[in-house]
Amino acid sequence: MLARTVTHALVGLDARRVDVEAHIQDGIPGFAIAGLADRACQEAKHRVRSGITSAELKWPSTRITVNLAPAELRKEGSGFDLPIALALLAASRQVPPEALGGHAAVGELGLDGTLRPVGGVLAAADGARESGLTRLLCAADCAAEASLAGIEPVPVHHLAEAVAYLRGEWRPSPPDEPLADANGSGPAILDLADVRGQERARRAVELAAAGGHNLLLAGPPGTGKTMLARRLPGILPRLPPEEALEVTRIHSVAGLLPPGRPLVTIPPFRAPHHTTSVAAIVGGGPSPRPGEASLAHRGVLFLDELAEFPRNALEALRQPLEDGYVSIARVGGRLVFPARFQLVATMNLCPCGARGDPAAECSCSAARLAAYEDKLSRALLDRFDLLVTVPRPRARELEAVAGEASDAVRERVEAARERLRGEPLRRTTGADELLSRAVERLPLSARGRARVARVARSAARLAGADAVEAEHVAEALSFRSPTELRAR
Amino acid sequence: MSELALAAFAAATDSHVVREPKELKFRRFARAFDEGAYLAELEANGYRFLGRSDDAFPALVRELHDPPPGLFLRGEAEADLLSEAAVAIVGARSCSSYGRQVARQLGRELAGPGLAVVSGMARGVDAEAHRGALEAGGTTVAVLGCGIDRDYPAAHRDLARGICERGLVVSEYAPGVEPAPWRFPARNRIIAGLAEVAVIVEARERSGALITADFALDAGREVFAVPGEITSSLSAGTNALLRLGATPLTRATDVLALFGLEPDASVSPELGEHAATVLAALSEEPAGADQLGRVTGLGPAILATALTELELAGAAAEMDGVWRGVRPQR
Repeated sequence: MLARTVTHALVGLDARRVDVEAHIQDGIPGFAIAGLADRACQEAKHRVRSGITSAELKWPSTRITVNLAPAELRKEGSGFDLPIALALLAASRQVPPEALGGHAAVGELGLDGTLRPVGGVLAAADGARESGLTRLLCAADCAAEASLAGIEPVPVHHLAEAVAYLRGEWRPSPPDEPLADANGSGPAILDLADVRGQERARRAVELAAAGGHNLLLAGPPGTGKTMLARRLPGILPRLPPEEALEVTRIHSVAGLLPPGRPLVTIPPFRAPHHTTSVAAIVGGGPSPRPGEASLAHRGVLFLDELAEFPRNALEALRQPLEDGYVSIARVGGRLVFPARFQLVATMNLCPCGARGDPAAECSCSAARLAAYEDKLSRALLDRFDLLVTVPRPRARELEAVAGEASDAVRERVEAARERLRGEPLRRTTGADELLSRAVERLPLSARGRARVARVARSAARLAGADAVEAEHVAEALSFRSPTELRAR
Repeated sequence: MSELALAAFAAATDSHVVREPKELKFRRFARAFDEGAYLAELEANGYRFLGRSDDAFPALVRELHDPPPGLFLRGEAEADLLSEAAVAIVGARSCSSYGRQVARQLGRELAGPGLAVVSGMARGVDAEAHRGALEAGGTTVAVLGCGIDRDYPAAHRDLARGICERGLVVSEYAPGVEPAPWRFPARNRIIAGLAEVAVIVEARERSGALITADFALDAGREVFAVPGEITSSLSAGTNALLRLGATPLTRATDVLALFGLEPDASVSPELGEHAATVLAALSEEPAGADQLGRVTGLGPAILATALTELELAGAAAEMDGVWRGVRPQR
């Protein structure tokens, strides 16, 4: 006897339809899974068998063959447990096969028959909707996520519930509305009010937020560079619905969504450690998965201690910085992960960290300093629109009143972004003159000039000006460091 | 015997040669040496050779007790540049931001009125001195401890190109000679030799810059040292020089006066109200931007605008996040 269920396999961020066929025939009892199933998927045998018996259903003690079609597509992960179990139960006529029509299924089984959430449910739900299915059987924790794709989720806690539902004996309660303002897997939103002093660096962060500029914070350790950078997501505008869905899709595949409130509406903030591998940063692996650059899509990729990252990892970031996506080529084809992020990085001014600190003396040898500087290619440094050197604040500066709170700054940023959608701003003659004078007087390349012009535009928008004035250009000019990092 | 053959022999044997060696090896080398072909190859690369018997060879270098057989030259300037009034500015490679800034400022203020700035194109003080001279539109000479075709250190390739446009990159070593630690002290004697005055900006104890100072004293040159903080090890060398009787350098005018030169008339730029306030605060002490904001009461946006205005006017400069007023020299 034969029965079919439908599920989806992930290829990059997309779901490909997989038909699960279960065939029960006479013969020596045995259980085989065909169709390029990986290790986790092969182990479904044990989970499915225990799950079915735990649900007080009958395990057919005959010869069982399960085929995952199309057979040439590699199947990975544990999301095939539920569809395999349901196909088996339908083949042994414990659930009516016709009840499975219009349904897709995804989920991992526990040995006691409970259904566990898996990653990529949103993609699977998208795939199901596209192949004309209307319902998705999935773990209750994933139901809200599945409903984002515009498909009706059937949230089940246990295999027995799924069987009861298919037999028409039980109706699931409708899932809760997805809650807004989730932050995905990101850390708690931190408030700018915690930062005392550092007015100039705060201003740089605000400019970066308003214009989506890449920002490099340089300075001796302990001056609050990291603290400031971590507060950037809090002043970024919330993601509009279509972008939120886009980000949620990526985080879903990575299995990072918190249960119950899956929609990521706050721009993600990813801070990979500098020991992270290149594949983990830009994405990759034998079956490519999105890396930190893609997880930071529409948000912030934060590289603390930029110069400590391996050079090849930094160079690999140049493609996403330029194009907004990562493309990974494999023998089987090419995968594209979106990766349009804002890069924020911190670095010390020298390997020992004492440079720029009046209270300490740098002990770096010239050769060590040179090696440190050489680590950052000009091409990478060129991507930073804003460069701010954060000197060590004096003790009494730390006694300053607490800074402005994130919410107030975010209102300004949102207003600036709103204006950004309007007419492009013109530069006044005064602004143009200043820019030309700067090109003559300062070490400022053509690229540097374009960078200054971009930042000046953001400054003008923050100020709500009708045109880019000389003062905006002047401010932008002050955020490139002429003597450090650039004109070596 | 040909001076070029001596230089080529030194390169071929990876040695330092100033006098004709008595070895058989050298005689054999000299017999086989094709001077015409060598010169043609130099010329093809845009290099020149100036033998020590040449009239254009700087007299001051010839006076050294061990003058090099000749100098290889690269750059647009005439060889006469080497005989013009020059000042050597040298110092530590890993210098402080203060040292870098002083070197830049001295390079600018000494090259502006017409002195050639001689240095070693090393990182730190040397490079800043060259940059200052180029900024002022002056001429500058870089003396290398390797072949003139080696842009050493590699990070200074652009700087070397800039120097070649208006000045000279010179070396006693033939093109192709790799940098080696033992060549640098020998290079320093040429730096000291080319200039009437040596200025040591920042030096640790037992620094290469002090070797230059020793050479300069031996050759009877005037030695200036820039005073530094007595607590900083980066100033230990220069402060020791001062103790031994070097002239403290407190303004570029002191050096210019020796040459009978006037400092460039500093056009005091017209500064806006905010910029003037900031400059007044900076004349008290160097400060970070946030500290300036607190002292002047200006918001970060206005302050940033004022600082750019000062920077463009050449009235202030930033280093490692700390701003310093650039005091006009009188």
